[in-house]
Order: sequence, then C-alpha cells, then structure tokens
Amino acid sequence: MALDSGTTAWLLVSTALVMLMTPAVGFFYGGLVRKKNLISMIALSFVVFALVSIQWIIIGYTLAFGDDVGGIIGSLDHIGLSGIGVESGDAPYPPLLFVAFQLVFATVTMAIVTSGFAERVRLSAFVLFALLWTTLVYDPLAHWAWGGGWAMVFGSLDFAGGTVVHISSGFAALAIALVIGKRIGFGEYTMEPCNIPMTLLGAGLLWFGWFGFNAGSALAANGLAASAFIVTNTSAAAGALAWLFASWVHGKPSSLGMVSGAIAGLVAITPAAGYVTVPASLVIGLVAGVLCYACMLWRIRKGLDESLDAWSIHGMGGLWGAIATGIFAAAAVNGYSGLIEGNVQQFVANAVGALSALVYAFVVTYILALVIDRTVGLRVSEEEEYVGLDISQHGERV
Amino acid sequence: MMMVSAIIRPERLESVKKALEEAGIFGMTVTEVQGRGDQKGIQLQYRGRTMNVDLIPKTKVDIVVPDDKVRETVAIVSNAARTGKVGDGRIFVLPVASSFRIRTGEEIP
Repeated sequence: MALDSGTTAWLLVSTALVMLMTPAVGFFYGGLVRKKNLISMIALSFVVFALVSIQWIIIGYTLAFGDDVGGIIGSLDHIGLSGIGVESGDAPYPPLLFVAFQLVFATVTMAIVTSGFAERVRLSAFVLFALLWTTLVYDPLAHWAWGGGWAMVFGSLDFAGGTVVHISSGFAALAIALVIGKRIGFGEYTMEPCNIPMTLLGAGLLWFGWFGFNAGSALAANGLAASAFIVTNTSAAAGALAWLFASWVHGKPSSLGMVSGAIAGLVAITPAAGYVTVPASLVIGLVAGVLCYACMLWRIRKGLDESLDAWSIHGMGGLWGAIATGIFAAAAVNGYSGLIEGNVQQFVANAVGALSALVYAFVVTYILALVIDRTVGLRVSEEEEYVGLDISQHGERV
Repeated sequence: MMMVSAIIRPERLESVKKALEEAGIFGMTVTEVQGRGDQKGIQLQYRGRTMNVDLIPKTKVDIVVPDDKVRETVAIVSNAARTGKVGDGRIFVLPVASSFRIRTGEEIP
C-alpha cells in the first residue's frame, strides 16, 4: 500500500499530542499532592516517559504487536524494532510511525499508575516496578486488544484504550495503594492539594492531547477521525458539567471537580470514540461524570488512600466506557452494532474484554508490588516521607 | 496582653485551630515558616552517606491573649500540636505593648 501523506501527517501530529499527555498527568497529579512532593510527582511522569520509551523500542512493541503467540502475547520477531522500517507495508503510514504512536500510549498509561504511589514511593523501587509493570501488564493487554490477541479475535472493541490504558492503570493504582499502604497521617489530618492551578493546567493539556489519543486512533485522516474528535470533546464537556453539578449539590462547585469530570468523560469515551454517535457520547460523558464522582465518594468513605483517584476516574470510567461501547456502538459510525441496535454479542464481548483486563491488571499488579515491596522495599522511611520526596528522593525543593 | 507564638507541625494546624475555637479563642495569624531546633534538622541515612535536611517547614501561629489566659492557651496549643516525636515545635510568649483596630483606630485593651 502506498504511503498517504495526509494520514502520515495526522499520525505524526497525534503522536506529538499524546506525548504531551504524559507530563500533563504529572502536572495534574503534582498539583494534588503536598508542596513537599510536587517535584517528585511531576518527575515520576518524566521518569516514566524516558523509561518506557526505551523499554518500548527494545521489547515492548514486539510483545504488544509482534506475531500472535497463543492469543496472549506477541512474538520477539521485532525485538529492538528489528524489521520495522519507514517503507509502507499494509498500512498507509510508515510502520515506524505506528511504533512511535503506540509508544506514547504506553508511557501515559504508566504515568497514570503513579497515582497509587503518591507521596511515599522510593524512586529506585519505582523504576524497577515501572519497567516490570509495562512489560508484564501493559504489553500483554495491548496485544490482547490491538495486536491480534484473544480479546481482539473475540470481538471486544477498544478503539483507543479503555481497557488497555484506563482500566489497567486505574485498577493497578488501586492494587498499589493497597500494597504500599496509606500515607502517614492519612485520615488524621487534611492533606490539601498544593497547587490547583497546576492541576487545571495538567487537565487542559490532557484534554488537548486526548484529541490525538482518540482521533489519532482512527489511524487515518478521514471522517472517522473527525467523528472520534467531536465525540471525544462532547463526552469531556458532559463529564465536566456532570461532576460540577453533582458536587454543587454537595457543596461548592470546585474547579478540581470540573476537570476531574472532564477526565472521566474523556476516559469513558476512549474505547467508544470510533464506534458511537454524538448523542451517545453525551450520555456516556454525563454518566461518567456522575459515576466517577460517586466512586470517589465511596473511596473516601472506605478510607482508601488512592487519593489522586486513578481508580475512581480511570479504572471505573474505563470500565463504564468499555461497557458503554458494547451498548451504544452504532453501525452507521464504523460498521459495529451494540446492544441498542440489538447486538447482544457485542455487549457480552466488551464486558468480557473489560472484566478480563480488570482482573489481570489488578492481580498481576498486586503480586508485582508485593514482591518488590518484600525484596527491594517500595516505600520510603517515615522520616523521608515526613520531609517529603522532593528532598529525600531528588535533593530539590520547589 | 501577651502574644503566644507557636511553631508547630503544619499538619497539626487544623487540630490546634479546632482546640482554640472550642476554648473561645478565634483570633490568630498563621505563617508558613522554616526552621530548625536542637536536632539541627533531620538526618536522612543513605547507603554510605548522610543527608542533612537543615531547615524543616513549620507553621507559626500567633495568638494575642490577656495575661490571665496565657497558661491556658499554651496548654491548649501544646496538647493539640503534640505527637510525642522530635520536631513537635516550640511556644514562645512575648509581651504586647498595645494593640489597635485599623478600621476604627481604637486601642484594644
């Protein structure tokens, strides 16, 4: 197939857009922690970007997109990007560009996982964890959904990463928070966000980058990309307003709630972006905003210290999005019908795909975190935690 | 009239505020400060090296009270700010010569 310059240009831009999402997660999370951990929280996302960039070109890509081995994992044919060039194969864009596009998905996923470690992780242990997590959890899940694995064959739809990116990172963050334990003083005194404007900045950059995430996943500069673009924005806006008004009922309509709702809407539309109509995206976003807000309230009531809310926003928002894809998929958009158009099989396939990703990510992450905690030690000492990770891990201050 | 100036752990501020409110003491000035005590900060141990964190972030709470309320105020702040670990802070009591309300210019006894 000949290279298509329009598609290639759009994928180049989309890759750059999605790259921005990784530091954006750092800014989003950084504003939510205490001042003494601000550098640490942003730095974790940058560390992730560098680390996963290297892991991806060496082994990640081939595990995710190499020839299928038993429906579970890719072969090692493309280790070190062997055999991947710039000449077009069976797609209208250079294979190396697809590698780069998928690389930035892998990095942002690991960045979301940092939520579970907030304000208490040893950097050395984190580096080891991140390397193993992206290899053992992200790469197989990417293969299942997109690389010719069993979920793809089974018919489970995931346009841009509802299961691969959001369910996996959200439930991984929950598992980590359970293993690493609560921050010292959690529940005894308030731990207020140090910089809400920085979180708003992160959210804005995430929303911007998400157009590349979802519309770029059309892998073409065409009508489907345009449709994915508008449903992405609609769901984000609906989620923002839903969370804003839901929190207004409980008290003040906070800006943090508004952007959390926007992220919830963006997460939920991610698996559905290439399959649903604009009206459906409005419903998906509204439900996501309210659902994720309710999940956050439940987490607080249960005293779970997953306080940056990767689980309630990405995990639960992703779960809703994956199921919603099975409900709202419309043949007019991309040839796939969901429950509303009478296709029960699609709904079942998506539910199975989502639940299997959920269980796999949670269980493997829990075991991995436990092993690293028992051997290397995941958590900083009490004194280091009190002083803050900026000084104790990086020797720097805001 | 005395100023009770308490240097406390930042995370104990809410407890101190609540305890003072319960005793009917509302007026206060709160400042983010950094400092060190007799321990010269905190020493973090790493393999083969020691890192000294010289100045630790603290919160300063200034409260002006009548002379006969000083002991009670000090006790309230101490009890609310105490964790029992090194670094709980210090309380200083300073004499206040006079106090004026800006809005009306009146001197407050």
